[in-house]
Amino acid sequence: MIKRFITLLLLAGIGAIFASLLFTYVPDSELNRTADYYAGHTASDIGAANIVTAIIVTYRGLDTLGEVTVLFLASSIVGLVLSLGQKQHKTQRNRVAVGELLTTGSRFLAPLIMLLGVYVFVNGHLTPGGGFQGGAIIASGMLLLLLADPLRHFSHTLIATLESFSGLSYVALGVLGLFMAGGFLDNRILPTGTLGELISAGAIPLIYSLIGLKVGAEFSSMLASLSETEDMK
Amino acid sequence: MNILMTGMSAVLCIAMLGAALLAIRVKGDDSLPLSILAAGLVSLFASVLFLILAAPDVAMTEAAIGSGLTTFLFFFLLARIRGTAQTVDKNDGSALDGRDYD
Repeated sequence: MIKRFITLLLLAGIGAIFASLLFTYVPDSELNRTADYYAGHTASDIGAANIVTAIIVTYRGLDTLGEVTVLFLASSIVGLVLSLGQKQHKTQRNRVAVGELLTTGSRFLAPLIMLLGVYVFVNGHLTPGGGFQGGAIIASGMLLLLLADPLRHFSHTLIATLESFSGLSYVALGVLGLFMAGGFLDNRILPTGTLGELISAGAIPLIYSLIGLKVGAEFSSMLASLSETEDMK
Repeated sequence: MNILMTGMSAVLCIAMLGAALLAIRVKGDDSLPLSILAAGLVSLFASVLFLILAAPDVAMTEAAIGSGLTTFLFFFLLARIRGTAQTVDKNDGSALDGRDYD
């Protein structure tokens, strides 16, 4: 009884905090100084039509490198922990039968899903979305394949090679910016081109494609390890 | 934000609350798939809400990871848990983790 009362009291307190946030909220009538700078200078300096991408890849590129590193660490640790478990035996494992609908549907849908993922990260500087979203979409395509055929084996060598290649190239492009342009991860090592075209915004399409491949490979390796490891004792 | 958008947001919020309640409250023998679907639905409504609030990039992340990848992952793991449970039944619980000790 007293426990329930305390829970209700806590909930009411959180509700009061959120209510006060909601009722005192006044939308800004103008952009603040940082946002104003980004809105005014992105098109002329970076040449990217999507301001969010310009901020993520160039202005705050170092943060993105950190995020990619965190994801890399997470997937490495998942792989490490799961590698302690026993590899599954293909013949012994009993599984729930996979339906015909899922098998046929996944054959049709998986290539389309992966194509959408590639489209999302290649067009990251023009349309919403980018490397992280595209990578996640590619990984969900892989997961669909795994759902349809749980015994399917993905080449870990290919995933690892792709992952390290894109990670290394990403950092190399960043260092190249140090010498050829204004600083680390500056996108102007390549000509910025015409605003709104596919080949424009300097190195952003290149960097975002690499991030997309890297994120996709990391998620896929996590899923593949999850699928291939036998449950631990 | 005009009146139509506000109304749509309100409807979405109510639908999100409903789906979230369904996800934790659904009962029955086979309630887990329904719970997973309802949790995915919460993310899907949230991503539409992000789109209405003019944040398409966040909406895409939410739709791809929250609604797509997580829901798939839950189903995948649910199938694995059930596969193990079936193995235990067949062995009369002698091998608790579903492995054969020959």
